[in-house]
Amino acid sequence: MQVPDGLHYSTDHEWVRQEGDKLRIGITDYAQDALGDVVFVSLPEIGAHVDAQGVLGEVESTKSVSEIYAPVAGEVVAVNASLSQAPEQLNSDPYGEGWICEIAPTDPDAVAGLLDAAGYSELIAS
Amino acid sequence: MTDVVTDVMPEPAAGGRALSAPLMGRDAEPTLFELSQPGRRSWQLRTTGVPEVSLEDLVPAEHRRPAPPGLAEVSERDLVGHFTRLSHRQFSVDLGAYPLGSCTMKYNPKICDAVAVLPGLADVHPGAPASCTQGWLQLLVELEQQLCEITGMAAATLQPAAGAAGELTGLLLMRAWHDAHGQTRHKVVIPDSAHGTNPASVTLGGYEVVTVPSDARGCVDLDALRAVLDEDVAGIMLTNPNTLGLFEEDIVAIAAAVHEVGGLLYYDGANLNAIVGVVRPGDMGFDIVHLNLHKTFATPHGGGGPGAGPVAVSQRLVPYLPGPRPTRLADGAGDRYGWSTTPESIGRVHSWHGNALVLARALTYLLVHGGDGLKQVAQLAVLNANWLRTRLSGTYDVPYDRPCMHECVLSASSLKKSTGVRALDVAKRLLEEGFHSPTVYFPLIVDEALMLEPTETESLQTLEALATALEKIAAEAVEPGGAQYAAEAPHATPVRRVDEARAARTLVPTFDARRDVGS
Repeated sequence: MQVPDGLHYSTDHEWVRQEGDKLRIGITDYAQDALGDVVFVSLPEIGAHVDAQGVLGEVESTKSVSEIYAPVAGEVVAVNASLSQAPEQLNSDPYGEGWICEIAPTDPDAVAGLLDAAGYSELIAS
Repeated sequence: MTDVVTDVMPEPAAGGRALSAPLMGRDAEPTLFELSQPGRRSWQLRTTGVPEVSLEDLVPAEHRRPAPPGLAEVSERDLVGHFTRLSHRQFSVDLGAYPLGSCTMKYNPKICDAVAVLPGLADVHPGAPASCTQGWLQLLVELEQQLCEITGMAAATLQPAAGAAGELTGLLLMRAWHDAHGQTRHKVVIPDSAHGTNPASVTLGGYEVVTVPSDARGCVDLDALRAVLDEDVAGIMLTNPNTLGLFEEDIVAIAAAVHEVGGLLYYDGANLNAIVGVVRPGDMGFDIVHLNLHKTFATPHGGGGPGAGPVAVSQRLVPYLPGPRPTRLADGAGDRYGWSTTPESIGRVHSWHGNALVLARALTYLLVHGGDGLKQVAQLAVLNANWLRTRLSGTYDVPYDRPCMHECVLSASSLKKSTGVRALDVAKRLLEEGFHSPTVYFPLIVDEALMLEPTETESLQTLEALATALEKIAAEAVEPGGAQYAAEAPHATPVRRVDEARAARTLVPTFDARRDVGS
């Protein structure tokens, strides 16, 4: 199970990458493996405001429909539109092509409250 | 691996390997379009003597197709053969054990069908005046009374077409109640173990879903519930026992907390088979109850026939029930039964009287069993599920290890960690052992869930055979090549593992003979 260093992780199995003043968000390798084959991704709207732990979107797999939660509060500034045509990118490249959206965080320091790679590895091992 | 047949049946069992796949045939049955040959017909029109009129004279050009539709052309012989072969490959409750958790796939007694096809019931037009349909009206009134007795409710509508239609009806009743009391509420609470139809119905009913988590014992977390309750909560939807097959022991406290903020309690009757004749939702504090007649009362499921999802309510909600309702009239009025609609009614939720012949089947089932028989239904359903849970607890994980109700939720989590064999693989392997698969990956809060509901209708011998098959599948997984064998299952069915992901990602909902047959 890949847990790249340098990313922040939520206990709901999302990853966060700091890119300038924006945060790119996706679901972890562990999450995509647990979901199984992803067949549909419901993306948030650009400009939407989300609370921390608020619902960002939904991932539908052959097993279930699961909600994606915002790791931190902020405004959605970009979405990965290619997921509507190729949702399987969440399975094949969860940390790269399978990114979900970008958020401008309300509190620039909010990521400090998330887990690091070591902390997240511990969470999924337990 | 196919040669490894080590299990020994302790006793001959109904179903099991005696019906293991393939039931008939090695290849997938061709579609009618693939069987099509130009010019073949399976019908003949009677000679009527009426002169033929050309289509051009009857239908204006703008409403005519440029070419005839690409329908399949087959002979009657090939048509009947096609559907007969499909029916032989169909796994059904008549064929063998169908432990599809949460669905209550119990055997449907044939006497119920025999009653439903009686000409006095089946041949009556729903528009016939009440004076000509007194027997039908009496049947509907008696069914309503019996369902109210079972649920501890005051009155019921028999109109809703199935469980989800009942849920929407219940939410509309909830809205009507709050509207009548001058309140606009926006939220409905559901537990995280709920059936997927609950949040869907809440959304369709115009409410916002608020989810409450389950506690470590698998029940509603009472503190978490209290934290979300306020005067914007219209009500809560609960299944009891819940989808983990566990009884919500705090139900009285839950009801009190919801009522305290002016909310209503909705009982999802999907799991009524566990408690029918033993405890009543009304006594637990519920205000609205839907019943899946195709589950607890053994009317056909899904493709076997239309469903019925009556909704019963407590006294204070009776005025809002859909109308018209079949009603017993005052003595001396001539007709003994008629129809009535209250001014506050939310209106119709189904044409005519609902799926009436399904309702006739359910009343037959109730009368055949009687009160004692119904109680035994629940007792045996619970006993069978606990027998399976106990027997299989050494082979699969039991995430909530306490007595269950009518279904038990196991997990293939450890099996997956040690061998790579997943719940889905176990389910697919079971198909060729002569059993329908259990429900998998539900409830969502259990990793690699396998949800078994044996129902009261399977014998101890059949349960033995089912448990033996599940043990054999787990034992195979640790043998060399075993995980691969499971991952490729089923091996012996006419259709092997289908690609669910591709089917969902590249959704093609229409059949085009030229494209799909390649002719």
